[in-house]
Amino acid sequence: MFNNHILSLAIWVPILAGMMVLLVGNDNRACLTRWVSLVGAVLAFLVTLPLYTDFDTAQRAFQFQEGFHWIPAFNINYHLGVDGFSVPLVLLTSFTTVIAIIASWEVIQKGIAQYMAAFLIMSGLMIGVFTALDSILYYVFWEAMLIPMFLVIGIWGGPNRVYATIKFFLYTLLGSLLMLVAFIYLFHRTGSFSIVDYYNLPLTLNEQIYIFIAFFMAFAVKIPMWPVHTWLPDAHVEAPTAGSVVLAAIMLKLGGYSFLRFAMPIAPDASHHLSNIMIGLSLIAILYIALVALVQKDMKKLIAYSSISHMGFVTLGFFLFSQLGLEGAVVQMISHGFISAAMFLCVGVLYDRMHSRQIADYGGVANKMPMFAAFAVLFAMANSGLPGTSGFVGEFMVILASVKFDFWVAFVAATTLIFGASYTLWMVKRVFYGDVANKNVSALQDLTKREFMLLTVLALFTLGLGIYPDLITELTQTTSAQFLNHMATSKLPVAGM
Amino acid sequence: MNTIKTDLFITLPEITVLCMAMVILILDLYLSKKNRLLIYGLAQLTLFAAAYLVFTTHTPLIEFAYSNMFIDDTLSDVLKIATLIGSSVMLVYTRYYMQLRNMFSGDYYGLLLFATVGMMVMISGQNMLTIYVGLELLSLCVYAMVALDRDNPKATEAAMKYFVLGALASGMLLYGMSMIYGMTGSLDISTIADVLVESQSHSPVLALGLVFIVAGLAFKFGAVPFHMWVPDVYQGSPTAITILIGSVPKFAGFAMAMRLLIQGLYPLVADWQNMFLMMAVLSIAIGNIAAIAQTNIKRMLAYSTISHIGFLLLGIMSASLNGFASSMFYVTAYVMMSLAGFGMILVLSRKGHEAEKLDDLKGLNKRSPWTAFLMLITMFSMAGVPPTIGFYAKFAVLQSALQAGFVPVVVFAVLMAVIGAFYYLRVIKIMYFDEPESMVPIDAPLDMRFILSLNAIALLLVGLMPQWLMNLSAKAILQTLQ
Repeated sequence: MFNNHILSLAIWVPILAGMMVLLVGNDNRACLTRWVSLVGAVLAFLVTLPLYTDFDTAQRAFQFQEGFHWIPAFNINYHLGVDGFSVPLVLLTSFTTVIAIIASWEVIQKGIAQYMAAFLIMSGLMIGVFTALDSILYYVFWEAMLIPMFLVIGIWGGPNRVYATIKFFLYTLLGSLLMLVAFIYLFHRTGSFSIVDYYNLPLTLNEQIYIFIAFFMAFAVKIPMWPVHTWLPDAHVEAPTAGSVVLAAIMLKLGGYSFLRFAMPIAPDASHHLSNIMIGLSLIAILYIALVALVQKDMKKLIAYSSISHMGFVTLGFFLFSQLGLEGAVVQMISHGFISAAMFLCVGVLYDRMHSRQIADYGGVANKMPMFAAFAVLFAMANSGLPGTSGFVGEFMVILASVKFDFWVAFVAATTLIFGASYTLWMVKRVFYGDVANKNVSALQDLTKREFMLLTVLALFTLGLGIYPDLITELTQTTSAQFLNHMATSKLPVAGM
Repeated sequence: MNTIKTDLFITLPEITVLCMAMVILILDLYLSKKNRLLIYGLAQLTLFAAAYLVFTTHTPLIEFAYSNMFIDDTLSDVLKIATLIGSSVMLVYTRYYMQLRNMFSGDYYGLLLFATVGMMVMISGQNMLTIYVGLELLSLCVYAMVALDRDNPKATEAAMKYFVLGALASGMLLYGMSMIYGMTGSLDISTIADVLVESQSHSPVLALGLVFIVAGLAFKFGAVPFHMWVPDVYQGSPTAITILIGSVPKFAGFAMAMRLLIQGLYPLVADWQNMFLMMAVLSIAIGNIAAIAQTNIKRMLAYSTISHIGFLLLGIMSASLNGFASSMFYVTAYVMMSLAGFGMILVLSRKGHEAEKLDDLKGLNKRSPWTAFLMLITMFSMAGVPPTIGFYAKFAVLQSALQAGFVPVVVFAVLMAVIGAFYYLRVIKIMYFDEPESMVPIDAPLDMRFILSLNAIALLLVGLMPQWLMNLSAKAILQTLQ
């Protein structure tokens, strides 16, 4: 009976679980609150599993579709469905939420119920973004998702949290309101808010360019692309560990996914027209931001910049318009989800013990925490793109695709293998190796069971995806072939019509 | 032709409220301070009875009374019921506040009911004189209510300012009406429309009359550049009166705009559309930008009102059925939001303390998480973040403006909305991220908290299911303008 409503369940189970937590939980019943949240998150993860097992990889149309008329006055529908791009992201979201809840187990001592509920509700809303096929429904999820994140950073964040969270909110809001204008414009052209209708709408090049720019404003901020990336380091540094995990692992992917869902297929000619600019911006992100990451003194900031640099590969892969590049970009999104989550958790492990994120405060941690050091080095390697880890697969596919496109583009992109390795490994060297730096480091305890379990799971995924990337490419193959097909067809109105 | 009986029947709700207002004034003389609660009960009863009468006498037909002076259509019924319910909610919010400040008297309730009659007459006015009389009845009552707290110099100053400028605006409106009358030979709205269509006249006197009418209207709305009184009056008035000025009368204002400009002067749309465009754009800009600098919540909400009015005008400016319906949806959403916003200030005020400063909200989440949550919904709704009603209100207005072809205006309004979001977010920041200055428990009666909760939750629920309200607005507008 529920088979037709898997997507609704995926959205509403975590949201209802979040409300449940708000109802039953409070700081005096911390243990109960945490367990209720965990059960809710696990349940929410389990209901998304059928999306993977029952997904028909050969089918081109959206799957698991469901819907009803929501606001007939404007022809707005509650319409959900997934394709090969969204399924892995939905799974990543529900999975990361479980990780986030466990990661906050002992760290959060005040307002536990509100904190846990925020993550659960956010998870449901983000899945809503990945599955909505009606643009207003999508927009509602997209904006509503900001509210819990705004509160998470603002209430449980670091010293400069207010500045960071307001910046985060306003940046995103500015972009998304322009997107709303684009939606309304398209509504007047088609009489509907259905995304599928937008795909088939012929538009002149000028129209397409304006629409593309409106979407670009919304999604580039989210990814984030250079030069609208400045909110991300601030938000990451101030956010609590689990907040950073969700931000890096999922929220950034919303931007990437939305390019595939909206900007490119609705304005294919504009995408081709502007692809050089997009590739240029991606390369700047990859190269320049990597250099910026090199000089960071704060670990979280370093990883935040590394995220921006890695997301550059995603946009680069999109705008090469080749199957290899596109699939590489999708793999890169998922793999970055795992790796960045793991990196932020590693920083969280250290921060919980030392209450410092400064690289200079550490040194020789490996002597006191050998087990943790092993994990950290593994993830650092994955982050710098070591073959055998998932970090390698996506970047390699994109670089291969760009060689076909233009040698120099590939050359610049490939520098990341050097710079990525330098900033990550240099950080590892300074934090983990050498002699024990000070008294605080010598007092460090190795991983607790909880932390060990979290990092193990993430390590398995990172390696699994690196060794057998078909786990994802299998899902995306048909969809990306169809996507490229669509992109290759001009939507310019035929002359004389 | 109607008989006197049908005329009386059509205006039964107004007559009921009017009679009860007088009963309350007289009864007040014979009641001791202890028994004043009876008056409050009577006033509530009156409002409900009137709403019930409007509801039960509703017919799908358009009816006229008193030789076409008075119209009874779906638009008027919907707006009247909304006004009456809004006033009733307002009475719940203000009761305790008035009791604590020794203003709990028959004067307040009598004046409020008279003002309500004024609003109802404005909503149903089908003749320029009816509309004017309704407007004056409303305005005079409100002037007096602002000054109700006689020993408060600020309130007296606000009343004086409001009165002088209000009288000026009424004068302008009346002057404009007289010019229109001179050119068309009628005060009757539908006759004016007919004459204008027939004569195709574009005489300068007509245009001048229109300018005066629009200026008078803009003043009553508080649209830029006729907005100067708004922040001062909002701040100076006792909060229990500010909530009145800032909420339900907007329904009547909207009705007045519909009757005068759409039903009556629609043939001159090309002229007033530009004026509305300027006012809308300026209101949205100045309202949102000036609000950032405020430290007083009431003043901030005053500027926020100005920006909301800008959006409202944007819908009317689109000059399409779609646009008018969007405006009607917007005004309903706005009244719900402002009732919740000012209600929150009333909840936080206590004996000898006005919760007027933004700092009074500090750490509200620690003092009372539920109240903070309600304010959170209200602020996000005002900022237009989905899934609250505020989002659909903005969405509806923007799409109607876009449909009318005003793309740059829409983009501008959207950019301003981002600026607006900043100061709403600041309120949330203060409530959630700052430490409380004192942990004084919130002193508010149960009925008030309950209704306020309902009010704020409604912002969210109607946001999730906006369909019926949109349909209702569209239906009402369609019937009136056919």
